Amino acid sequence: MIEIEHLTKRYGAVTAVSDLSLTIDSGQIYGFLGPNGAGKSTTMNIMTGCLSATEGTVHIGGYDIFEEPRQAKKLIGYLPEQPPLYLNEPPLEYLRFVGEAKGLRGEALREQMDAVMEQTGITAMAHRRIAALSKGYRQRVGIAQALLGDPQVVVLDEPTVGLDPIQIIEIRDLIRELGRSHTVIFSSHILSEVQTVCDQIIMIAHGKLAAFDTPANLEKQLLSPSEIALTALAEPERAEQILSAVAGVAGVEVRDRTEGRTRLLVHLGAADMDQVCRDIFLAFAGSNTVLLELTPKKASLEEVFLELSDPAAPAEAAREEDAR
Amino acid sequence: MTAVFRHELRGNFHSLTTYLFGACLLAFIGLWAMMYNLQAAVSNFEFVLADSCLAFVVIVPVLTMRTIAEEHRQRTDQLLYALPITTVQVVLGKYLALLAVYAVPLCVIAAYPLIFSRYGEVYLPTSYGSLFAFFLLGAALLAVGMFLSSLTDNQGFAAGIGIAAILLNYYSVSLSEYVSSTAFGSAVALYVLILLLGALIQYVTRNEKLAWGVGAVLLVLTMAAYWLEPAAFEGLLPRIMTQLSLFERFYVFVNGVFDWTAVVYYASVIGFFLFLTVQSLEKRRYN
Repeated sequence: MIEIEHLTKRYGAVTAVSDLSLTIDSGQIYGFLGPNGAGKSTTMNIMTGCLSATEGTVHIGGYDIFEEPRQAKKLIGYLPEQPPLYLNEPPLEYLRFVGEAKGLRGEALREQMDAVMEQTGITAMAHRRIAALSKGYRQRVGIAQALLGDPQVVVLDEPTVGLDPIQIIEIRDLIRELGRSHTVIFSSHILSEVQTVCDQIIMIAHGKLAAFDTPANLEKQLLSPSEIALTALAEPERAEQILSAVAGVAGVEVRDRTEGRTRLLVHLGAADMDQVCRDIFLAFAGSNTVLLELTPKKASLEEVFLELSDPAAPAEAAREEDAR
Repeated sequence: MTAVFRHELRGNFHSLTTYLFGACLLAFIGLWAMMYNLQAAVSNFEFVLADSCLAFVVIVPVLTMRTIAEEHRQRTDQLLYALPITTVQVVLGKYLALLAVYAVPLCVIAAYPLIFSRYGEVYLPTSYGSLFAFFLLGAALLAVGMFLSSLTDNQGFAAGIGIAAILLNYYSVSLSEYVSSTAFGSAVALYVLILLLGALIQYVTRNEKLAWGVGAVLLVLTMAAYWLEPAAFEGLLPRIMTQLSLFERFYVFVNGVFDWTAVVYYASVIGFFLFLTVQSLEKRRYN
């Protein structure tokens, strides 16, 4: 559906997107994930024809967005980060303008306007001025605008930013619903959001593609579980002594000690996680030392995200998060 | 284009400035018509138009300031870029909507000569010829104002430079007469103008090479011309300003001459500034 090839965008000396290539198939929900300033919005702006590229091409349904913008743009509905709304108008008038600009007229226009207003739940607000609507409703008007003209791809740039939790859930449900009939690409810097809604995750960092896979695969593929966090009711020296006797323990790190408790991080070699956990438990039990916590650390998508975003400090931030 | 046109027209008629524009134009022309045609009993309606055109200095920027600057401010320009319409269609649609707004008070004004002709001898060809030129003059100024609006996202700033630009154009001929009419004086004044033009290009395009290039080429050409034919430079500045002034062209019509070159000139100015507006919008896409 969308083919991005060697896309590069430079603003003067700053490279926002560098040599990005990816192919997006139809009929799925794609989450565009990356920290702020990673190049998500720039990529989306180029994809939808709002911005030129320094190098590279984008094809939408076979049409080049730079060479045949009219055909390509007809296949895309776009909601930019800040919804482009004429605040003085009611949604009805606003949608009529967008529909007309997308080439709809008469009966077809009216039908589609009714349909998208119904779908986004703004029918009751159709005659109020957009300026008087809440942020959540404005976002819906923005999405309604993107849906006009029945595009095959819907691109939403951070559609849940600045909304309250209930509105966020509603917008997510709406995105899921849209995913049944459209290809949806939406960006976010919130990992859990992408994890729950998307079929595929596109991770982008420093303007480059960092990963592109299903959420489950991404978790599996990275950071094989090789750490165990444990808390023992013992002095660090004692705990380390017990652990050193366990086979398969490659290293021990003291993270924290308070009131006789010690938190440790155990690094494993190639040993089997379950086996080592068992051995550690038995070793502590055998030496009459109380074990308060024993957690095999699985790589969460969060760590994957942090590691990919900042190759210089892999998973370091995640550990700090953990220590807190 | 029709979508943009209809949308703009709707927007214009929902905005106070549009009514302010119409009311000011009608009030200005009404006032002069009362003084000339009614009180002084002069039958030439064109004189009214000639004196009223000073009103453009304020009312045109007030009408045009919103048109594109507001799109930038509200970020709705992103929508225009993303829609399957071209920038040319956007600019033309907006411009035609402005023209339509401008044409409404003119339609009212067009009835005046007919009314006056019932009570005295009015030479209608000159009246309507002048009204036609008045329309073209306003249309050209609207194109200039729209271009200025596309340069910024601040309406006030757009209006400010609009007023300055139109005022400068209005007084350009009389101002240029203050410059020494000797060949040397004209040449120096031209150099200064070329430098200003260079600075303007630098400001608008932020392209230093282009600004220096254009400035240098023009300076060298002027210098060469000055060495070859100094006599041609005598009184040159007022002559150039008369040629360039949008208002001077209009006065020809008031004097009873239907000047086709002026029509072509107005059309070129409109085309040129619409082109610049398109470029200015496209530039934002290229950053």
